[in-house]
Amino acid sequence: MALEVTQVLLNAQAIEGTVRKQAEESLKQFQEQDLPLFLLSLSRELANEEKPVESRKLAGLILKNALDAKEQHRKSDLVQRWLALDPSAKTQIKMCLLQTLSSLVADARSTTSQVIAKVAGIELPQKQWPELIGSLLSNIHQLPPHVKQATLETLGYLCEEVSPEVVDQDHVNKILTAVVQGMNASEGSNEVRLAATQALYNALGFAQANFSNDMERDYIMRVVCEATLSPELKIRLAAFECLVAISSTYYDKLAPYIQDIFNITAKAVREDQEPVALQAIEFWSSVCDEEIDIMEDYGGDFTGDSDIPCFYFIKQALPALVPMLLETLLKQEEDQDQDEGAWNIAMAGGTCLCLVARTVGDDIVPLVMPFIEENITKPEWRQREAATYAFGSILEGPSADKLTPIVNVALTFMLSALTKDPNNQVKDTTAWTLGRIFEFLHGSTVDAPIITPANCQQTITVLLQSMKDVPNVAEKACGALYFLAQGYEDVGSSSPLAPFFQEIVQSLITVTHREDAGESRLRTAAYEALNEVVRCSTEETASMVLQLVPVIMIELHKTLEIQGLASDERERQSELQGLLCGCLQVIIQKLGSSESTKYVFLQYADQIMGLFLRVFACRSATVHEEAMLAIGALAYATGPEFAKYMPEFYKYLEMGLQNFEEYQICAVTVGVVGDISRALEDKILPYCDGIMTQLLRDLSSNQLHRSVKPPIFSCFGDIALAIGENFEKYLIYAMPMLQSAAEMSARTAGADDELTEYTNSLRNGILEAYSGIFQGFKNSPKTQLLIAYAPHILQFLDSIYMGKDMDDVVMKTAIGVLGDLADTLGSHAGSLIQQSMSSREFLNECLSSEDLLIKESAEWAKLAISRAISV
Amino acid sequence: MSPSSDLLRRPFKRPLLSDQQRRRDLSLKRQEQSRDSQLHARRVSSALLSLPLEPGASSTEYYSDLHLASEVASKILKGGLEGRKWFQKQLMLPEWMIDVPRRLPQDWFVLARPAGERCLVVSYGGTTVSRRRNGTVLHRFPSALSDGCCRTKAQPSCSILDCIFHEMDQTYYVIDMLCWRDYSLYDCTAEFRFFWLKSKLAETRVCDPPSYYHRYRFSLVPRYTCDLTALHTAYTGAVPYVKDGLMFYNKHAHYQPGITPLALVWKDQNCSKYVVDTNNEGKVPSHQQIVLELQRDGKVTTSDNPPVVFGCLGLDLIQKLGTLQSPYLLRFAIGDGGLTIVDGKLERADLHYLGKSNRARAFADSYSKIMFQSMVRGSSLKIDDLIAAISSSDDGANGPDVEMMDGKKALWKRSVWIVPHSIGSAHHLLLLMTFGSYYILRRIDTFEGANDLPLQPGTADIFFWYISRLLS
Repeated sequence: MALEVTQVLLNAQAIEGTVRKQAEESLKQFQEQDLPLFLLSLSRELANEEKPVESRKLAGLILKNALDAKEQHRKSDLVQRWLALDPSAKTQIKMCLLQTLSSLVADARSTTSQVIAKVAGIELPQKQWPELIGSLLSNIHQLPPHVKQATLETLGYLCEEVSPEVVDQDHVNKILTAVVQGMNASEGSNEVRLAATQALYNALGFAQANFSNDMERDYIMRVVCEATLSPELKIRLAAFECLVAISSTYYDKLAPYIQDIFNITAKAVREDQEPVALQAIEFWSSVCDEEIDIMEDYGGDFTGDSDIPCFYFIKQALPALVPMLLETLLKQEEDQDQDEGAWNIAMAGGTCLCLVARTVGDDIVPLVMPFIEENITKPEWRQREAATYAFGSILEGPSADKLTPIVNVALTFMLSALTKDPNNQVKDTTAWTLGRIFEFLHGSTVDAPIITPANCQQTITVLLQSMKDVPNVAEKACGALYFLAQGYEDVGSSSPLAPFFQEIVQSLITVTHREDAGESRLRTAAYEALNEVVRCSTEETASMVLQLVPVIMIELHKTLEIQGLASDERERQSELQGLLCGCLQVIIQKLGSSESTKYVFLQYADQIMGLFLRVFACRSATVHEEAMLAIGALAYATGPEFAKYMPEFYKYLEMGLQNFEEYQICAVTVGVVGDISRALEDKILPYCDGIMTQLLRDLSSNQLHRSVKPPIFSCFGDIALAIGENFEKYLIYAMPMLQSAAEMSARTAGADDELTEYTNSLRNGILEAYSGIFQGFKNSPKTQLLIAYAPHILQFLDSIYMGKDMDDVVMKTAIGVLGDLADTLGSHAGSLIQQSMSSREFLNECLSSEDLLIKESAEWAKLAISRAISV
Repeated sequence: MSPSSDLLRRPFKRPLLSDQQRRRDLSLKRQEQSRDSQLHARRVSSALLSLPLEPGASSTEYYSDLHLASEVASKILKGGLEGRKWFQKQLMLPEWMIDVPRRLPQDWFVLARPAGERCLVVSYGGTTVSRRRNGTVLHRFPSALSDGCCRTKAQPSCSILDCIFHEMDQTYYVIDMLCWRDYSLYDCTAEFRFFWLKSKLAETRVCDPPSYYHRYRFSLVPRYTCDLTALHTAYTGAVPYVKDGLMFYNKHAHYQPGITPLALVWKDQNCSKYVVDTNNEGKVPSHQQIVLELQRDGKVTTSDNPPVVFGCLGLDLIQKLGTLQSPYLLRFAIGDGGLTIVDGKLERADLHYLGKSNRARAFADSYSKIMFQSMVRGSSLKIDDLIAAISSSDDGANGPDVEMMDGKKALWKRSVWIVPHSIGSAHHLLLLMTFGSYYILRRIDTFEGANDLPLQPGTADIFFWYISRLLS
């Protein structure tokens, strides 16, 4: 077989499909039949200087893919297989790999670097291959440049693969020494210098100790700054990328260098080529990110805590930084607004300006205003656009007090520019700026309203007019309308938009019918605006929302009538169906939330459900997420009546629950099971076997995204509440799952914030399941079935209490479970409860909580316990 | 290894505004709220049904055993007290009307309150239980309410009614509905609850004369939108029960447990025999007597949320009181110094300690009750004031009342705190339900024209509700 490998690898890249397929098939067979030999053959192929570069590259790629995968479960599977491989095979493979680093063929070296890093990523955490780093670095100074380059590249990939704790400090020091020496200006080879600079980018995370040492840090920073001045573009770019990484990883160490870095970045922004200039701007954006985070930790009142103090670099650099950024705004590209992927210096500068405004607040306003005033009326469109962009950029951050007087003056100007300016880019930015005005300075939280009875009509007229403009301008106008509507979210009984409701809705529907509505995501923006207008509408326009139902239904019906579409058309059809189902969902939720409108709306329920089922039928393998969400809202509105749709709907429900890959769909479907349980109550019983089987399967799957698991537990509770003691037969499956999840949540507590958040959502799901089960079994003769689980549940509550990292929601749910347990089990659990810590300290803490929801739950628990222990 | 592709920022001008994510989030929020609301209803009904049972009349005897009680008995009692404390938080309690709310004829219902004990009637698990305001059981009986007697027991379901038991004709007069056949009405406006109450009671036999499976008769208390005619009818009109003042309900208010200014009670000598509080001998004491709760810090307060402080007890008095059962309720007389009100706020009260309160009392007086009683003794709010308020309110009926809206907004925020499970639809409170007549007429057209659309029972109800609103 080994002899044939080369040919098979070449065939696998053949243009002709049948040859390629056959080759892929035989590679697959080889891999399945004899994995060690397969990998060894590939590594030999890679190492063999006589083989064609194409077969060597593919051999390397397949090796890499045999060691790593994107999906977590496949990845861990591959890791296990490598670890289980015959040690002598592994030794031979590794020898081949190290040998290939000296190859004269650049592609072979580069692929090998990645493969070595993957092997290291598996083995170093297991304390295997300890000699790797030593042997890579042993005689790096004597190596020929191409080997040195490959070695540095390997070190870079290695740092990307393994976490800093598995590499000891001695090795870290050696890696950094090699890397920094490779970056030095005295290094003769540009390839080596580039590889070293790129390696540093990945090695920065390992350099914690070195950055704490002033001398070492000074040296590293000097080398990086020097590299930013290299005549080689790629090296300058890599060096700026290092600076960006340093600004976020070592923000607190930047102070001594910030002045020099400002000079370097300012020069790059003004003079260097665009890729470098973009990274130079990114440095300041990244510093803004850090300072915004720190100030959020401070919590505004400076009583909060942050591990890192704020150095106010942005505030200090402001007088020089802002003019530099304003200059970039004038370097727009023609038609950049029509290109979804566009990213240029003007956009990066504007984005950074937005971040600066959020970082420093009011201070930015006087620095930007002269630029706006000077440029906004200039005949050159670039100047008007830049001025408008600058204005739009500073609308978030500064206080309303500071901005409102300016915005009041500017609003009229903006409205007029949106209709009259001859340039599309200016209009685009003007509409965007209006949207930001409405987003940040309009709404019930703002004291002095920007939109008044005097200008409301004009504002709406201009926006609706703009929706007839070119797609990118019309899309921004829709976005502006979105925020205008959102500002009236809790306006009360009468909305200033009500008199225009009909006109707004008609204009938006007209936009969705535009032939060019597919460009610049215009159609999506129009439906999103429509959704928000409906959401924020008041009772006085309820009749018009009702009239919208058949309109959207007809639109959805039209998409279903078209047959025999090509695949790209089908994708567009599915997207449109998504928008329409989304819109119906919003309408259902709106009309369903008020008893008066709900019953009139329900006239349409049968027809709407029929349409949703047909949307599902359009696809074979997956369900449509938007249709699923809308069905949840419909079930909530219809109540028990929903039972009549179940026979037909059930298979899609099951399909949704089986969708591991698109976990959002699975999550949404789990939520819909909850809606249906509440709507149908015990009428859901005939479907429970299937649903529970699927939910249990979801829980035991390691393929399913973990965020779906907590809602599945909550869903157990919903089902138990709906079917009561009929939940009995699921207890033996559900309870052990809940128990092991509870134990897991106790173990994972106390790690990082993200994990704590997940742990709390998991706890909440488990607790909601318990509450539902206890309340479901209440008053049933089968309550005693639950007694056996009580000790564990009480222990779980105690462990949550002792963990001290629960959030308010968990606290409320947990103490509620204590009440439900006492309520349902009564005297059977009396002595158990009395022994538990939760019934005393935890309960007392909740009773004196400031949070009324917690207090309410606690009072319930107190009542239930006092009954349980008195009988 | 090139980081630039991962680090690429999304330009601010193209935020990834995901309405889809918003839709997902709002769905999750709705699901979370329904779940909480469902659990809340289960807990309420469970607690209502299984509070310790003590026969109605013997409650005083029950409490008098306090000092002799064995350990077990004291635990039962503790359970009882806990239960009552918890229970009192479940009833919506009207404030006493000390000034006339704005937009009375637009936003309020009026009804003539039957004299008797306020109680919650719960039917569930084949029986019906009524509980007084303090949580003690009044009756346990079979009724024609859903799942209210063993004969009807088929599908477990729960109904909760807010009633006044009228001794003389042994009838439960229904004033509000909290839950009907498991359908929770907590989050519905008063206007809808009353509509539902009327149409649902009519569908059942609960208003029939008593029978073996239906021991007590239920009867609906008629209510009207509070215009001059309605006020006159409620005030002077004949009713089959003894009147005890008038009750006012804000049409847009949800059922909000605890004391609320969105339900009001008003009395005078003509429509109530019990205007001025009497003492145990049924006589009007020379000075107004009030019951206040003693807080840990020595302050004595009303039962409002937040409580209104009337004064502070000296340490010597607190020590003299010795150990008290929670809640620490004390009786005071208001001396000749009376109540000093500055800018609508209580500045000082001339309190004289009388003694501990009756043990059956579950909670202190509310601020509005004390103020109303105080006014009844002096310059009270007269029926003419109500009439005048209605007449003048007509002028402003067309324009939106800005101050009223502000007031409601403030209330809305408060109600969010007090009725947490109804956050999702709290905006109902703000809605003025101004479906125009245009819309109603349009609907009539549609219904008449579209014979193929079968009218479902629920729809018909709603439809006629609209019509009745239109005509009223």
